[in-house]
Amino acid sequence: MSHSKNNVMRTLRESDFEPLGEQSTAPLIVRPSRSYWQDAWIRLKANRRALVSLYIVIALLVFTFIGPLVWRVDPALQDVDQISIAPGEDRGALVVNAYEPWSDGRIEPGYEDGAGLRLAAEPTTLRVRLVWDPMPGVDNYRVYRNHYPIDGPQAFGLPLADITREDVFRYEDRLDLRARDYYYTVVALDAQGLPTDQYETIAVSVNRVITIPEAESRGLVEPGQTLQPGDNVMMPWHPLGTDYLGRDMLARLMAGARVSLFIGLLAPLLYVAIGVIYGASAGFLGGKADQVMMRFADFVVALPFLLFMILFQVVFGIGPGESGIVPMLIALVVLLWPATARLVRGQILQIREEAYVSAAKLLGASHHYLILRHMIPNTLGVILVTLTFAVPSAIFTEAFLSFIGMGVAPPTASWGSMCNEGLKNMLTHPHELIFPAAMISITVLAFNLLGDGLRDALDAKMRSAE
Amino acid sequence: MWGYTLKRLLQGVITVWFIATATFFGMHSVPGDPLSGERASTEAIRANLEVRYGLDKPLGQQYFIFLGNMLRGDFGISYTQQNREVNDIIREHFPVSATLGVLAVMIAALGGVLWGALTALYRNRLPDYIIMFLVILGISVPSFVFAALGQLGLVGVNSFLGRTLLPVAGWGTVSHMLLPALVLGLGTMAYMTRLMRSSMLEVMSADYIRTARAKGLPMSRIFTHHQLRNAVLPVITVLGPAIAAITTGGFVVELVFAIPGLGRYFVQAVQQLDYTVIMGTTVFYGAFLVFMVILVDLVYSWVDPRVRLQ
Repeated sequence: MSHSKNNVMRTLRESDFEPLGEQSTAPLIVRPSRSYWQDAWIRLKANRRALVSLYIVIALLVFTFIGPLVWRVDPALQDVDQISIAPGEDRGALVVNAYEPWSDGRIEPGYEDGAGLRLAAEPTTLRVRLVWDPMPGVDNYRVYRNHYPIDGPQAFGLPLADITREDVFRYEDRLDLRARDYYYTVVALDAQGLPTDQYETIAVSVNRVITIPEAESRGLVEPGQTLQPGDNVMMPWHPLGTDYLGRDMLARLMAGARVSLFIGLLAPLLYVAIGVIYGASAGFLGGKADQVMMRFADFVVALPFLLFMILFQVVFGIGPGESGIVPMLIALVVLLWPATARLVRGQILQIREEAYVSAAKLLGASHHYLILRHMIPNTLGVILVTLTFAVPSAIFTEAFLSFIGMGVAPPTASWGSMCNEGLKNMLTHPHELIFPAAMISITVLAFNLLGDGLRDALDAKMRSAE
Repeated sequence: MWGYTLKRLLQGVITVWFIATATFFGMHSVPGDPLSGERASTEAIRANLEVRYGLDKPLGQQYFIFLGNMLRGDFGISYTQQNREVNDIIREHFPVSATLGVLAVMIAALGGVLWGALTALYRNRLPDYIIMFLVILGISVPSFVFAALGQLGLVGVNSFLGRTLLPVAGWGTVSHMLLPALVLGLGTMAYMTRLMRSSMLEVMSADYIRTARAKGLPMSRIFTHHQLRNAVLPVITVLGPAIAAITTGGFVVELVFAIPGLGRYFVQAVQQLDYTVIMGTTVFYGAFLVFMVILVDLVYSWVDPRVRLQ
């Protein structure tokens, strides 16, 4: 031992202690060093589902914030001529003369022939004129209208009028006509005025027409253009159709997106921030303070969430003219912060015991340094993942509350309230339900998949078993 | 074990008290009261009604009266439906919600375990991809959309068959319950399928499975006695929160399918500021959920002896 030491001592010279020059010729065999975030980003990019979701989220943001600049239609504007129009439906309207009363019972050229229940003139949205041959031994008739084909005496539809004059066998319908198919029925009434089983039906396909003053007042006439009866004008275009009040679906979806994303993004940001501060303080303080703080969080967690969301909506109250967005935001924040607080506290407690923290402490790291360099970077991944998963659940909650009528107040559009309105006309106009429902589903789906991808990319320990 | 149970129960009672207190003061801070409608038309009538419902006393005293009555299990009389006790409302409508909820939880748990096990067995093959795609749909589509689509589909099927296969709405027979329960359980089922899949994958690569194979057990027995039994444990853990989500999530399904459950009553009561009904249903639901979660935790320790309760 001592022998070898002496040997070394003897061979060492002063020049051995001079620093070496840069050895640029030596091959570099280390991989380029990547930061945690660079690494996470590369892993996220490799995950095709997460990447597609990220593009969908970006597209949603564009739809929400740039969409209204491109599609400048007031979401509250009612197009009363086009109510519950499905996308791609014909929007042409024939220009006609003003309505003239049908006191003479005149039959227009081309409609003279035929027997039984028949039309007396071209059916238009101004009026539908029906005539029929008298049925033997019957004086009184009742006229019905239906949206569906008649398949039995139980389903004639809406009774329009009783015709009780002996010499009248005609009826003019002007009640809220739309450009669609109607099924008219004329039922013979007996002496007591009760319907008998004698009836005739006719299917009528009504054409959309518009009078010149109407077209002018709606702004459908180009400057310098004069309309003649027989011209065709185009009604306003609704790419995704209109709802049951004639409001443009696309504009409403954009307005609804603003509400849904406002709540969906801001509420999680706020309550995750509160949760992080609360949880981090509890974890850092430890001891009695930690116990008290966490017990309180436990109580808030135990509150039945949806019941209290509904209660909060009432407690805060929605005044006239208010949208009800802020109460919902507050309620979400008040009820949901403890989950994040628990998570962050757990993380902090865990990291506090990690070997690298002890090592840093031994090396004399300050409190400040520990928080900035170890605590925050190591919880940031978890917080980010929580945030991504919190977005879809907040959007879901908003939609749910608006759907049961406890969310945003009409006329504010949100995807949930649009679904609620669409549900009523689901059988006849499914597009009013399908579009907002699809928007909710796509958004929630995108944020869920993005959350999965982020979790896989950010934290090797939490990686799912897929 | 007993000490732990007692501790949990005590915590549960405190939680219920917390819920009751929060609801009470929340409710009374709402501007207006249930008498501000047309019922209290004159000052005299209003004063009489206030005496009857105890609204004339100071808020603090009202609170203690409320707590005392609650301990005796008496939630008072509804404001909007005169002479109807809140207990009667709960007794009449909660069984409906509970039946629907239990059926939904059963469908969700059975479906989740089944589909989850299936996807794990067929990992990275076609059945796995199909089921996992459906699972993602199930998690992302709100229940009211499923409810509406289910109804729409049922109308189509019924009119195609020319007879009523299943009723579209209403309540009364088992056939009324099937579609609403399925819709209600769908989201939870999707979540449980995911959980079951990952837990099953973990179990499948465990040492004791290899041992079981090495000693020559048939695959079917390994599946039922080793894999399924161990993989199902995490699903049991989430059963408590799942029951909570399903019972309160029932509002929407009850609304869409016109089911006379407690959820609909609650929404109605909130809209009419019916203090007693709100208090009654909230405390009842809260207590139900709190003790459900405790029960599931206790069952879990019984199913999985490795879990030590403390």
